[in-house]
Amino acid sequence: MKIGDTAPDFSLPDTNGERHGRDGVTVVVFTCNHCPYALAWHDRIAQAARDYANVRFLAVNPNDAERYPRDSLEAMRERVAREDWPMPYLRDESQEVARAFGARTTPDVFVFDAEGRLRYRGAPDADHRSEAENAAWLREALDAVLAGEQPARPETEPVGCSVKWKR
Amino acid sequence: MRIELLWWEGCPSTDEALDGLTRVLREERVEAEVELVEVVGDEQARAERFPGSPTIRIDGEDAVPAEAGEPVSLTCRVYRLRDGRISPTPDPEDLREAVRRAT
Repeated sequence: MKIGDTAPDFSLPDTNGERHGRDGVTVVVFTCNHCPYALAWHDRIAQAARDYANVRFLAVNPNDAERYPRDSLEAMRERVAREDWPMPYLRDESQEVARAFGARTTPDVFVFDAEGRLRYRGAPDADHRSEAENAAWLREALDAVLAGEQPARPETEPVGCSVKWKR
Repeated sequence: MRIELLWWEGCPSTDEALDGLTRVLREERVEAEVELVEVVGDEQARAERFPGSPTIRIDGEDAVPAEAGEPVSLTCRVYRLRDGRISPTPDPEDLREAVRRAT
């Protein structure tokens, strides 16, 4: 996807089977259970979801669970039960949504405005090692979108583990 | 001392791991070359007992041993830093201890 493109239509099940899709200003984060980058950034993204309660946050796990069992639906359920998740954790079993978005890594962050146009894509912030970064790029993009403006930094390089495509 | 850094292209952590390892070796005044070993497929991952990228071995021993039951696969390895944070690379102090054990 390119900045300004319209979000692909999608509806994916969460760990309870309830389906979710884009609605209003929406953040879609491709993520997973087994990747250290996704895990290192998770708390910062989750805190952003709590802080921007008027924004829909969707975490999507697209990885091939056959080769990476830690990303199975069951493992996702266990994780959600064990942790405090402020957003639904969706399973993209067919990987069609990840392909439609052009997701490359976990994490890979997409921010859409209320009309469904892509306004930010990339990493949550500049450094997976520094909690002080606090998902600054994601927050900066959301602040701009909620103010009806174009983010000053619409695109950054996504950093993380490659999406585990099925063979 | 034989030092290997096993890596897989699906993880962007190789350079960071190599930098950290090189720094520790320099600080410990160990003059040993780091042998970079690319793991390219599942078969090689099984043969190498590769728990993920990056894996650093000193004289054949994992510098930061994986937990028991850790699967071998083409994956990015999850390390825990000494302050509790999750990291794609090992804590430098864990590497330092491993280097000291081997010298």
